[in-house]
Amino acid sequence: MLRRLSLAAVLVSVLSLAACGSSSPDTAAPASSGAGKSLTVFAAASLTETFTELGRRFESTHSGTKVTFNFGSSATLAQQITQGAPADVFAAASPATMKTVTDAGLAPAPTVFVRNTLQIAVPEDNPAKVGSLKDLTDPKVKVALCAEQVPCGAAATKALDAAGLTVTPVTLEQDVKATLTKIRLGEVDAALVYRTDVIASGGKVKGIDFPEAAQAVNDYPIAALAKAPAPDPAKEFVDLVLSQQGRDVLTKAGFQAP
Amino acid sequence: MPWPLLVPALAGLAFLVLPLAGLLVRAPWATLPGRLAEPRVLEALRLSLVTATIATAVCLLLGVPLAWLLARTTLPGRRLLRALVTVPLVLPPVVGGVALLLVLGRRGLAGQWLYDAFGVSLPFTTTGVVVAEAFVAMPFLVIAVEGALRAADQRYEEAAATLGASRWTVFRRVTLPMVAPGVVAGAVLCWARALGEFGATITFAGNFPGRTQTMPLAVYLALETDPDAAIVLSLVLLAVSVIVLAGLRDRWVGAT
Repeated sequence: MLRRLSLAAVLVSVLSLAACGSSSPDTAAPASSGAGKSLTVFAAASLTETFTELGRRFESTHSGTKVTFNFGSSATLAQQITQGAPADVFAAASPATMKTVTDAGLAPAPTVFVRNTLQIAVPEDNPAKVGSLKDLTDPKVKVALCAEQVPCGAAATKALDAAGLTVTPVTLEQDVKATLTKIRLGEVDAALVYRTDVIASGGKVKGIDFPEAAQAVNDYPIAALAKAPAPDPAKEFVDLVLSQQGRDVLTKAGFQAP
Repeated sequence: MPWPLLVPALAGLAFLVLPLAGLLVRAPWATLPGRLAEPRVLEALRLSLVTATIATAVCLLLGVPLAWLLARTTLPGRRLLRALVTVPLVLPPVVGGVALLLVLGRRGLAGQWLYDAFGVSLPFTTTGVVVAEAFVAMPFLVIAVEGALRAADQRYEEAAATLGASRWTVFRRVTLPMVAPGVVAGAVLCWARALGEFGATITFAGNFPGRTQTMPLAVYLALETDPDAAIVLSLVLLAVSVIVLAGLRDRWVGAT
């Protein structure tokens, strides 16, 4: 529900992508006819905007196939998959969360498709005048981090450890979009989120780079699942994500090639 | 017992009890004592019990008079008022949490003023947890008490009034004792709802161990990485709430 708030941002990014999308012809997805088929993709919350766009492209080249997304924290999604949720594709925000699924024998061959780095996110007017990672240690600065159980939280801990800093956040949010919402509403002064989420917020949130982010780069693996109810579209969707076209959409949103 | 009642009754009971059985079956009994002793568990449990109890007290203070207003007065637009009171019941709790942020947050309509004038900011505080829980749980109390007030025989109140008692005295000495079982039942429902509150709490008050991380939040986050821990936490919450509710019921509501 919180994600509704970022609808405007989604629309903006989708429109801008649609405007320049025609320059790269469809290279990856062969147009297969599969009327009435459906494809279910479980993807990390940070992939909401890009995968929604890729899903739309997939639907346009695979007429009759309906792509449904389940976006959420990668850890939650991994649990749902191991508990038997009928997913075809899983795209996680960390190798650790993908490993849960691989260990259960459900994701035979995960491939890293993008990498994501952290940025300090502050409200547009930056009320606490945050400029560096060290500023987050100031007790007067209200900081939101992701909970350590989810990938963005694990990355934040890694970055803070690399910098040798201790930050006491006011809240440990359940996923990266919830963390970003707290910034958007101006309830906290700073947060550590992915660079891509800052870009997706469409200017409502300011991102500040910090050198220690290089110590906490997140690899995103994707896999067609072993028990996929729709194995063929699943492979084709993974191919689309790994294709040049997929990479264009992802890098435009701020992801880095692996 | 007539079977058209007995069969659905048993099916209903099974439907409500089976998920509990699932938790019991899957519980990691071997490691249970060690997990229970973890300070984080006790911290979350303490916070849950304290906030749910304070939230219930707040609901009683505000909710009983509100129920009286709805049941005993002829305010214009009373029907609309009653519908508005039940809004938190219909609202998804996460939306309730966002709404609370928009009003009471640091940049919210009222919260901005609170922050500028007194430096008070409710989100991410234990008080914020109480606010979120009270918001979601109060309708349960109001509805229960209003029902009790409507069912109560008003002739006792009228008799007291003819004997010279003021309206406040009538409320205190006649009305309140008459509807006491309804108030207690409403308070119990309210407390149970507050104890299980998740969506509004995590949205409005955030999640920080010892300050705003109540049991349901701890369960949710444990589920991300360690389902066994989540089951243990759920069992603790269930056990405590069942003990408290069963104890209260026998003592106050006089159920057989």
